[in-house]
Amino acid sequence: MVSEGVIEAKGLTKIFNKHLTAVDHVNFSVRNGEIFGFLGPNGAGKTTTINMLITILKPTEGTASVFGNDIVKQASQVRNVIGVVPQEYTADEDLTGVENILLCADLYGIPREISKKRALELLELVELTTFKDSKVATYSGGMRRRLELACGLINRPRILFLDEPTLGLDVQTRTATWNYIKLLKKNFGMTLFMTTHYLEEADALCDRVAIIDHGKIVVVGPPEELKHSLGGDLINVAIKENEDVSELIQKVDRVKEVRKEDGTYRIKAELGEVTAPFIIEALRKKGYTVTKLSLTEPTLNEVYLEYTGKSMRDAEESREAFAAQRMTMRRARQ
Amino acid sequence: MSETNGNSKGKLHGLWALTNRELKKWYKAPVIFLLSIIQPILWMGLLGKAMNIGALVPTNIPGVDPATILKGTLGTSDYFSFMAVGMIAFTALFTTMFSGMSVVWDRRLGFLNKALSTPVSRAVIIFSKVLSATLRSMFQAGIIIVIAMAFGLQFGANFTPLNVLGVFAIMFLVCVGLSSIFIAITIRSTRIETPMAVVNLINLPLMFASNAFFPTKFMPDWLQTIAKVNPLTYTTDAVRQLLIFSTDWTQLAFDFAYVAIFATIAATIGIVLSWRFLSK
Repeated sequence: MVSEGVIEAKGLTKIFNKHLTAVDHVNFSVRNGEIFGFLGPNGAGKTTTINMLITILKPTEGTASVFGNDIVKQASQVRNVIGVVPQEYTADEDLTGVENILLCADLYGIPREISKKRALELLELVELTTFKDSKVATYSGGMRRRLELACGLINRPRILFLDEPTLGLDVQTRTATWNYIKLLKKNFGMTLFMTTHYLEEADALCDRVAIIDHGKIVVVGPPEELKHSLGGDLINVAIKENEDVSELIQKVDRVKEVRKEDGTYRIKAELGEVTAPFIIEALRKKGYTVTKLSLTEPTLNEVYLEYTGKSMRDAEESREAFAAQRMTMRRARQ
Repeated sequence: MSETNGNSKGKLHGLWALTNRELKKWYKAPVIFLLSIIQPILWMGLLGKAMNIGALVPTNIPGVDPATILKGTLGTSDYFSFMAVGMIAFTALFTTMFSGMSVVWDRRLGFLNKALSTPVSRAVIIFSKVLSATLRSMFQAGIIIVIAMAFGLQFGANFTPLNVLGVFAIMFLVCVGLSSIFIAITIRSTRIETPMAVVNLINLPLMFASNAFFPTKFMPDWLQTIAKVNPLTYTTDAVRQLLIFSTDWTQLAFDFAYVAIFATIAATIGIVLSWRFLSK
């Protein structure tokens, strides 16, 4: 196996009901041992892409391979080497934690003597050993997420697919989940493919991020590089005097761009924390008084904004509503 | 972590695991388990004892033996026995109907997708649903026979305990057929309401357009036509031949053949339709 290209997608497309294009000719390749993230708002085509890669949806056009196996023609080989942690809590509430893992193991045809040992190891890994014999109905959201993670690892996959791994979790549980994901990469050299609409999550976890919008990949790269490509940090300056000092600021070293908006100067500069004092100094020398100054390092939201022309945050609210609705569903079932 | 997999499997791996998952929800939940036993008691008490059709035949007319009249119409002199056996087909219908519902839940909760991403065969996923409903119905049929005996079921002249195995066999066939149909109907819906409506629409007519509670020969012609193609009619007849009639072997063989053909066709259609849907 070549070290590059654990997943190779070429022109992967999914059209629902002949006119709804969910995924539109996407090309990407995932390298061995990296965490690759699909970042985009609700309805961008993230889950549809993952569903094609894990062989539960057939692409309308194009193809992809996982470890060299075609996702349509060699679907069963693909299923053997992948692990999946779905967006939903799929664990059966009427069964205990360990029963759920063993059920997953049976779906992979793992003999009982092996699966029992592995189940206990995995429960240890996700710190659920104490609760292994409790019914899943008594688990908290974070515990369920960890159980899903353990289930997804039962066949010792070479690549793990995580669909919105922290959707609907509180901040603490989210950070804890991140640590498990990092651990998998570090200790087992596992390749991870994940989707998320949380910018911080993509930033904190992913080695490379593909930003997806309306079914198309708009840009791919390491988060740092993407942020860097925007041309540095953003400095906002306001002065007391009613004069245009744009040209003066422009002359300061490392300043790339100055725009005046409502009495505030929006300055794009490299190494913002170093450049800002020089800007203050230059203004003061000419007798101007700086009244306000703020420094923002670009986030993936700025990257997203740059490539799609809209803010990611708007999409989040609808997603949270969706998560809440699903929780209600779960309760309704009980 | 990734080199050794150690997976060994046949084509049917996972079938028992998935079937048992369904069954556990039933036998591990004492309340549901108990209700599934109480339900036939209630029905038998209400339909079989309260609506005792046998009592409609007058006993005080000289020269008329009510038992003979009943025997002529029902095939047995005891309406309760007639009806208790009908309950068995009734159970098959209602238990298999709910097997379809569990497919909708599995879809909504994402379990179906999860199972689809594992190497378990698509056919196994569907067949586990069929099998769990079938096993449940067969168990309930056994319970009904025991309860009906306690209520005074009158066995036929040629009855031997071996005949009960025949009852299980016909139940197996009809349940495989019925639940395949119900699953094919429900697997496309993401909402529980749609299949509920469809199933409610067809279940009661299917029930009453059969000989389960009333002999078909007294039905109007059009209803008789429906009853004649209704597999429940043949299931019920087979169970009656086995338990309470003096067994007519030719008729019994015909009943079995009919239900077996129904089961084969329904299961084929059901599994093919579900399969096609799952590999979209």
